[in-house]
Amino acid sequence: MVLSEPRAMAKHIEPGMRVALPVDYAGVSMAMTRPIIEHGAGDLDLVCVPTGGLQVDQLVGAGLVRTVETSAVSLGEAGGAPRFNAAVKEGAVRLKDATCPAIHAGLMAAQKGSPFMPLRGLIGTDLLRHRDDWRVVDNPLADGGDPIVLIPAIKPDVAIFHVPMADRFGNVWIGRRRELAAMAYASRTVLVTVERIVEENLLADELSAAGVLPALYVTAVARAPQGAWPYGLWGEYPADGAEIARYAKAARTADGFSAYMAEAQMEPA
Amino acid sequence: MAGVLPREVLICTIARLLDGVRHVAVGASSPIPAAGAMLLRAMKEAGGTIGPRISILGSVEHNFFTNGSAELFDCAGQGRIDAFFLGGGQIDGFGNVNLVGTGDYPRSSVRWPGSFGSAYLYFVVPRVILFREEHTPRVLVEKVDFISAPGVSQDGVFRSGGPIALLTGKGLFRFDKTRPGFHLESVHPGHDLAEIRQATGFRFEHDAEPRQTALPDRATLDLLRGRVFDELAETYPEFAAQMQRDLGTVDA
Repeated sequence: MVLSEPRAMAKHIEPGMRVALPVDYAGVSMAMTRPIIEHGAGDLDLVCVPTGGLQVDQLVGAGLVRTVETSAVSLGEAGGAPRFNAAVKEGAVRLKDATCPAIHAGLMAAQKGSPFMPLRGLIGTDLLRHRDDWRVVDNPLADGGDPIVLIPAIKPDVAIFHVPMADRFGNVWIGRRRELAAMAYASRTVLVTVERIVEENLLADELSAAGVLPALYVTAVARAPQGAWPYGLWGEYPADGAEIARYAKAARTADGFSAYMAEAQMEPA
Repeated sequence: MAGVLPREVLICTIARLLDGVRHVAVGASSPIPAAGAMLLRAMKEAGGTIGPRISILGSVEHNFFTNGSAELFDCAGQGRIDAFFLGGGQIDGFGNVNLVGTGDYPRSSVRWPGSFGSAYLYFVVPRVILFREEHTPRVLVEKVDFISAPGVSQDGVFRSGGPIALLTGKGLFRFDKTRPGFHLESVHPGHDLAEIRQATGFRFEHDAEPRQTALPDRATLDLLRGRVFDELAETYPEFAAQMQRDLGTVDA
């Protein structure tokens, strides 16, 4: 693990990489969004775990995204994701529409080093009809019939998220947000921003150790106070709904989006 | 009936539809379904029995999961979730739900957020209640533009769950998976069959004179306006405040 800072961490991202990003309440590293955009590596294939929001919308708006694999993209109470929706309409991004447990299943397969995970549901949906990477097979353990969908392993190049703390050994505390661990297990490079870095070893105490993602899976950590803003961070601070709504309004047009992103004031008030 | 808000009728209807469930999951932005589940719990506890467990996604207070966002789906796959709610930009007469968008996929002319967990939960949760307040021909269509989750499955496809009812701001339909199709069970106060027929884009069965949706009694209303609205305010403060404001305008 390397103690880094967001701009340096963004350099891990290369054009064409597959990048995993967490759902809005799990710990989104909004602190990495602008460094990623400034770094400028494009043609990214985003994997939303299992849905996306503000960060996905901003990366799409900045023109860095080739594919979005997701179960949904929205700004929650602030409504639809404006730059994502515009890109869909223009055909500017390729969609791999999924359902939440299919994303989790793909990561789970990668976690186990297996080529796929079977998943119930999906048969008869237009999601399945448009996914040429998903396969339907008959359950080989049944006496016959019983079709089931195979979800191929999702192996991102990079996973990026934000959590309350890491220790100076690179152990990262994810609490009960286990999807962050799933992302990390599946990904080659794991970039984490944190509210604070603590002196004590988080693995030394059984209570904190149970919620730790060990340094083994962590490529780099950077301190970024309020790093999920305007999203909230569990156990730390609530979402800033007014700011998300302000973005939603501004980003209705490409010009409005550019103006919003160009503002110097991108820190929590 | 004077003194009962339309949304109170919806909440009480949901509580009735949920009767008997052990565990109900509610989406993050679904205050009316959440209120229905909380009302059922309050009614059961007032009667001295145990109410349903309620998991509200995205809420810290009403979330029992410790295994990240995958656990809800795992829990449903294990048969531990009895009821769930689905909305839908479009719902058709076969119980198909579209959460993706209108027009030619993938370049949808109107894009909605996406299918979320519907393509799985609709298959494995026994009692799915379709809930959409807006009852118009643009929502209740003859055929959805995109199937996020199908109302019924072919023989041989694993299916332990599916829709049981469709509740809108105008009425309550029961789903019959053998036809498949909807039957208008009751009409909410202030609406009638002719209006519902005009507002519904799909064909449905109905009695010659459909009955009115049952209204809550005094004891139920008192529970709803007391304990339930207090509980609701913790997770949906804006909705709870709006209900209190609305109550101020009726002779409650």
